[in-house]
Amino acid sequence: MTDETSQLLSDTAEKLFSDHVTKNCIIDAEKGTWPDELWSEVIANGFNLILVPEELGGVGGNWMNAGILFKALGRYQAPIPLAENIVASYILSLAGISQPTDSILTILNGAFVAENDLLSGSSPRTPFASYSTHGVVLYKDGSDLKVGLIEIDKNNLKDNNNIALENRGHIELDKVSFIENSKVDCDSNLVKKLGALMRSNQMAGALESILTQSVRYANERIQFGRPIGKFQAIQQDLAVLSTHVAASSVAADYACSSMDKGNPDFAIAVAKSRIDDAVSVGAGIAHQVHGAIGFTYEHGLHFATRRLWAWRAEYGSGSEWSKVLGEKAISNGADKFWPSITQGDLDI
Amino acid sequence: MSIPFNFRLTDFPVEAETLRLEVREFLSSALVDVPKETRAETWYGADEGFSRKVGERGWIGLSWPTEYGGSGRSAMERYVVLEEMLTAGAPVGAHWIADRQSGPLIIRYGTPEQQEKILPGILRGETYFCIGMSEPDSGSDLAALRTKAEKKGNKYIVNGTKLWTSGAQRCQYMIALFRTSKEEDRHGGFSQFIVDLSLPGVTIRPIIDLAGRHHFNEVVFEDVEVPETMLVGKEGDGWNQVTAELALERSGPERYLSSYALLQELIKEFSERNDYEGVTEIGRQMAHLTTLRQMSVSVAGMLNDGENPALEASVVKDLGAVFEQDLPNIAHRLMDLEPDNQGNDFQKYLAILTQISPSFSLRGGTREILRGIIARGLGLR
Repeated sequence: MTDETSQLLSDTAEKLFSDHVTKNCIIDAEKGTWPDELWSEVIANGFNLILVPEELGGVGGNWMNAGILFKALGRYQAPIPLAENIVASYILSLAGISQPTDSILTILNGAFVAENDLLSGSSPRTPFASYSTHGVVLYKDGSDLKVGLIEIDKNNLKDNNNIALENRGHIELDKVSFIENSKVDCDSNLVKKLGALMRSNQMAGALESILTQSVRYANERIQFGRPIGKFQAIQQDLAVLSTHVAASSVAADYACSSMDKGNPDFAIAVAKSRIDDAVSVGAGIAHQVHGAIGFTYEHGLHFATRRLWAWRAEYGSGSEWSKVLGEKAISNGADKFWPSITQGDLDI
Repeated sequence: MSIPFNFRLTDFPVEAETLRLEVREFLSSALVDVPKETRAETWYGADEGFSRKVGERGWIGLSWPTEYGGSGRSAMERYVVLEEMLTAGAPVGAHWIADRQSGPLIIRYGTPEQQEKILPGILRGETYFCIGMSEPDSGSDLAALRTKAEKKGNKYIVNGTKLWTSGAQRCQYMIALFRTSKEEDRHGGFSQFIVDLSLPGVTIRPIIDLAGRHHFNEVVFEDVEVPETMLVGKEGDGWNQVTAELALERSGPERYLSSYALLQELIKEFSERNDYEGVTEIGRQMAHLTTLRQMSVSVAGMLNDGENPALEASVVKDLGAVFEQDLPNIAHRLMDLEPDNQGNDFQKYLAILTQISPSFSLRGGTREILRGIIARGLGLR
């Protein structure tokens, strides 16, 4: 995609989400109502197929393009599994499997065994599992790595939510057959890495949202006869928040761009680690600036902050990814430390 | 409100990566005799012999246009040279300011005579500059400065005092901001000058810092006669000229690499002992460092494209200073070793960086001033 089409994608997503992701839409979704209209619009625009090559019926975009959508999802707190469907359809496309018509995909993440092409194992906290028709799974079959597509059977599923009330179902599989499965040549840890990549981008978007909300509120809320944003204490806090927002956006972009260059391991770990820190500082400042009103359900700030608190722990916390970085840095030794940063590669 | 920053990712061109290897090769032999104490100070460590060697390589004024004697290469290539020097602990302090901002200022606003007289020495690594901004009653509030330059015939008579002037004792010149007239506008009436520090009436007095080092100086001007030919740019335009330098001054790799040596030394200690105690913290710092680098490189890319990313530069400097200042504390927490000037390498670095780290959020614009600038960018002021 060119810069121009990226801009078009960004504008289209902004328009779509600002029209459809209303406060009521999020509240209804938290109560268990599937946002049908929003989802239909997203599908009509082909957003879910952004990473699927054109020859497989997709859009043929790259990860920087997907990053635009991930960030927009976070910015609007859109209560739909679009990020998951983008990643799931990408994984299917790696194996040359096409997506069933009108399906809603989820990504299985857990430990699995395959015997005679029957899959067993469990996937705890499967995103939007209760609303999904199909699951995509990356699993080992002997020495082969394979991608499988299964149907989601509600009998194998126990409902659950994360603290942002996003559905995270527990799926238990006992010798389930595939709709389709195929060998794939990719990283065996791909699901976790792509999960960390999408959540990092969504967090970068949600952090932008809490910054804009906080600045707006600080300019509106009057105390001591003037908007609280006129007080230096508030200004300094919001400046700090904004530096973390900027860093998160850069870290998320860096991960997407490294994915496009085919060497993402380092950058994904950097993004999840860095943005986790940004969330801890940023969500705290946003709530502090909003005072008591931001602590109510009535006010919408928490739609972003609860997602941030949930997402920072999904697909590996910042600490877990920091550990990946730190272990490599120490085993590589001090002399390779700087070169690994300039090359964006831990395996040098 | 939309987010007022635009940090787009910037890749280094192939030639920059080639240059990186040349610089590494050069440094692998050029730094053999440089003591740890000097290395720990990065761009505050000065070695004139080293500066001349860098000049011989053509790595000073690397991105200046060729008609001024520069190498005419991109800002991205220059960035590579800087970050390689800093992470290796090269003593770049003598030529740093002249290369970073005095030279570019003279190219932009200087007269052909000034350019001819001064630029060749900078390029050779022999002519050094200091910055004359702060005064006893003018720190963060730069516009409160009082040193006067009064026009008399074809000279300006300068009286007043500059304070906290880093490196003045080894510099031939100062780029100074003086008041040339009284204006209604508090930012009006300032002018920039190239001041030859060997002129009669200039007194440079050392101010020893808390670590016992001599970096700061007090520079006193008593009826110093500065020729009018040494005015830089337009009389009265000093404020605008100074603020235009800020993006150059605030976003470079020196704004987050000041404590780099300590991080590397920490990894060395852990690697040698096969100790993974602090592994998560090391990884965290690596993530912060990498992100800062991508942000800073992004600003370099914008500068290279002729934009003025002043707000983004403030963001880099603020986050960078926090990172640099955290490292000595983190190193202390992870290692059970005293800071010690006579100890092992780690202890020496810890001793120096712990003591000089307070300056990281003071020099080049205090944390509070930077955050004020950012708050203005956010629409809060």
